[in-house]
Amino acid sequence: MPKHILRLIILFVIVIGLFLVARQFLIPESFGEYGHYRANSIEENANHDIKYVDRAECAECHDDIAALKQGGPHKNINCQTCHGPGNLHIEDPTPENIVKETEREFCGRCHNKNAARAKLIKQIDINEHNIESKCIECHNPHEPWN
Amino acid sequence: MELNKKNKKTRRDFLKLSSAIAGSVAFYSMFKPIESVANRKTDVTEREHWYGFGFDIEKCIGCGLCAKACKIENDVPREPFFFRTWVEQYTIKNGHIIKDENVIVESPNGGIDGFTQSVPDKEIFKSFFVPKTCNHCYKAPCVQVCPVGATFETPDGVVLVDDSYCVGCGYCIQACPYGARYLHPEKKTADKCTFCYHRLKKGLAPACVDVCPTGARMYGDLDDKEGPLVQFIKNHTCRVLKPHLNTKPKLFYNALNEEVR
Ligand code: HEC
Ligand code: HEC
Ligand code: HEC
Ligand code: HEC
Repeated sequence: MPKHILRLIILFVIVIGLFLVARQFLIPESFGEYGHYRANSIEENANHDIKYVDRAECAECHDDIAALKQGGPHKNINCQTCHGPGNLHIEDPTPENIVKETEREFCGRCHNKNAARAKLIKQIDINEHNIESKCIECHNPHEPWN
Repeated sequence: MELNKKNKKTRRDFLKLSSAIAGSVAFYSMFKPIESVANRKTDVTEREHWYGFGFDIEKCIGCGLCAKACKIENDVPREPFFFRTWVEQYTIKNGHIIKDENVIVESPNGGIDGFTQSVPDKEIFKSFFVPKTCNHCYKAPCVQVCPVGATFETPDGVVLVDDSYCVGCGYCIQACPYGARYLHPEKKTADKCTFCYHRLKKGLAPACVDVCPTGARMYGDLDDKEGPLVQFIKNHTCRVLKPHLNTKPKLFYNALNEEVR
């Protein structure tokens, strides 16, 4: 074999070898286990902390309110839909760690008159319906007809 | 001179060799199609679930608490233009049949502060809310364009972003026909709905589904024929968004009007 060819072959072997070694180091762990991505990323995505806790947890301490709500039209609404995420409050149950919205506008989010709202919700015009007081003075938010 | 000629390849040799190479490549690809690595999928028989969403427009009251809960649950930046899920208010005015501008689409703040209707009732032909999010497409364009493999579909059918591997080039954001992705301003990586994967794996519903007061949002296993999602799709006239793009979304809408894009 001519010398120059031999040299070329040696050079090629070295370059390919270096490429394979570099590839070994550059491809992250678990890449390609399921597809063209890092399989460990699935785990990392799953490990984030939750903020809206299991909806059953509130009833463990507020069984009275849960029972009251169960008997009214708001029965299917999660407590945290109105009170915000409960993660801090269930660890340290203080009023500061939970939201309590008492304004008319809050009820209006769901109940204010709007042609776009699904017909299943009873609507009132918050600029007309008993404007002198807050909704919660007449309707208990946990049992609006109580 | 003669020796040289012997070594020289003739045109005939060249043609022979090239057609042999072309032929064998064609032959090889006929028997073993070179599947794009990016499209490698888990076998149907191997996966435990195959998640999808079902949104019922006939039940959405536009409270926007889904969009708000999503922002809180997933630490989505506060600015009003970053969303993993949002709600659009469609108002179709009388005369829409002949004039396109009679269809109004509004999404102030993505709906996180609720909605008001600015068009008087007597001018409205039809109005409704459309909750939107990532469609977790089976043939996701965002996954196909990612140059590094930082976005992918999990074996259980959720499209995720690997934020430690994403280079923030933004191709996927351009590629998504549903506008479901954005560039995270701090992380400088692509960000989108994760189907609340962290909640799914703890046995909880996605935050938007969990806080929905009317059950307008639901999720479930598309492999479970008796499950609520498959029953919902079966018993309603469900459609997906932009079916002509062949992205195969796994988000199904009941009562989707043709005006919705
Ligand atoms: C570990 C028991 C416990 C759990 C679980 C719990 N709470 Fe409470 N919660 C309390 C106590 C105790 C108070 C009264 C705090 C006070 O007045 O100092 C309270 C008060 C409240 C208040 C009133 C705050 C105010 O401003 O007056 C709200 C609203 C509330 N809880 C909502 C919730 C919701 C929603 C959940 C479910 C995510 C929940 N709680 C779960 C113990 C609990
Ligand atoms: C429709 C929205 C809504 C839902 C759903 C809801 N709440 Fe409330 N909740 C309110 C409002 C508004 C207040 C403030 C009432 C007031 O100040 O008089 C309140 C007050 C409270 C309080 C303070 C004590 C009281 O009776 O005023 C507690 C505790 C509470 N809620 C717990 C719960 C729990 C537990 C659930 C779920 C079982 C729940 N809430 C569901 C709207 C809601
Ligand atoms: C997250 C959305 C939501 C919020 C916030 C909300 N509601 Fe409701 N409300 C509903 C739904 C859903 C129903 C059941 C459907 C219906 O009957 O209208 C309902 C039912 C009612 C009803 C019974 C209507 C009927 O005759 O069937 C009253 C009254 C009512 N709500 C008052 C209130 C008041 C007062 C507030 C504020 C404290 C409030 N709601 C906040 C969603 C909401
Ligand atoms: C002064 C007391 C009072 C206040 C304040 C009040 N309501 Fe009422 N609400 C009533 C009474 C009484 C009825 C039943 C008679 C009626 O339909 O007017 C009623 C009915 C309703 C209904 C059912 C309507 C229907 O079509 O059946 C809804 C929903 C409602 N209220 C929501 C609210 C909301 C939201 C607020 C706050 C913006 C509010 N209410 C404030 C007394 C009140």
